[in-house]
Amino acid sequence: MHPLAERIQGRFADGVLLAHEWRGDLAVTVKRESLHAICRFLRDDPAMDFDYIVHVSSVDWPDDEERFEVVYEVYSIRHRHRLRVKTRVPEHDCYVDSLTDIWRGAEFMEREVFDMMGIRFKNHPDLRRILMPDDFQEGYPLRKDFPLQGKGWRDTFDFLNEGAA
Amino acid sequence: MGLIQIGKRHEKDGDLGVITLSLEKVVNWARKGSLWPMTFGLACCAIEMIAAVSSRYDIDRYGAGVFRGSPRQSDVMIVAGTVCRRMAPVIRKIYDQMPEPKYVISMGSCATSGNIYDSYSVVQGVDRFVPVDIYVPGCPPTPEALFDGILKLQDQIMQKRVFTKQPEQVKPKNKAIV
Repeated sequence: MHPLAERIQGRFADGVLLAHEWRGDLAVTVKRESLHAICRFLRDDPAMDFDYIVHVSSVDWPDDEERFEVVYEVYSIRHRHRLRVKTRVPEHDCYVDSLTDIWRGAEFMEREVFDMMGIRFKNHPDLRRILMPDDFQEGYPLRKDFPLQGKGWRDTFDFLNEGAA
Repeated sequence: MGLIQIGKRHEKDGDLGVITLSLEKVVNWARKGSLWPMTFGLACCAIEMIAAVSSRYDIDRYGAGVFRGSPRQSDVMIVAGTVCRRMAPVIRKIYDQMPEPKYVISMGSCATSGNIYDSYSVVQGVDRFVPVDIYVPGCPPTPEALFDGILKLQDQIMQKRVFTKQPEQVKPKNKAIV
């Protein structure tokens, strides 16, 4: 087992569901409830020292019971090692703790996940849409059940008739 | 085309004669020779547009090289690239700010029809909300293709009536285009 995974598992025996290494990429799947504590440990522990958040993304698995997966990629500039942290979120209870208090850089990336996939982030300082306009009514475009061509927004040009007497 | 007719030369020596031609032609000729484009690159087509300005191609040969950053100083808007729906009001606003006479070149497949981006966020053709004069095909069009579009626009400008009232420019209405 990867030494990093071992260390995390030793500290959070209940929180880590799966550690998986493939071609040098280490990914750990953690419980949603433990995500925040584990990430705090990842940043603060001197042997971990993951001080840089690379990316936050999400995956939709429409057939799974816990439908969504939030994926965090973190990197340590000092130790030059990286890690992928995954957690699963069910559709009916669609939230995960925000990591903006650990890595400030997560703010915009979490907003993007919220905008595209509709996953809410608890304690996020400014959870608004970031790519789509604030008044976008059609839902979350990156979900698998969202129609590819949208629901008519791209063909509505409401601004054309503004100011037309 | 009968653009310039040399009048009957006077018999006296040293007289250069009289040139008569339609004032409309002069105005159109002046307009077509000094098309100032609005810088409006949206995607990779903009790279070809930039190449068209460079010394290798030199868009200035057609008088269309003075790219402006302000719509109020431009004559032709070259919409170069994928038009996202969120960009649409901006494009329309910039078009409205351009002084008459104004022209629009839709550069590339994306601006013309949305190309492969049949997606929730991409407008399926910029002509849905601004009137387009010239469509340049290609993905992206080469600078030569863009020049062909500019030359065709110049031909079109020469056909325009300047002093007679034109039928009002058709503004696309929401109902008609959905």
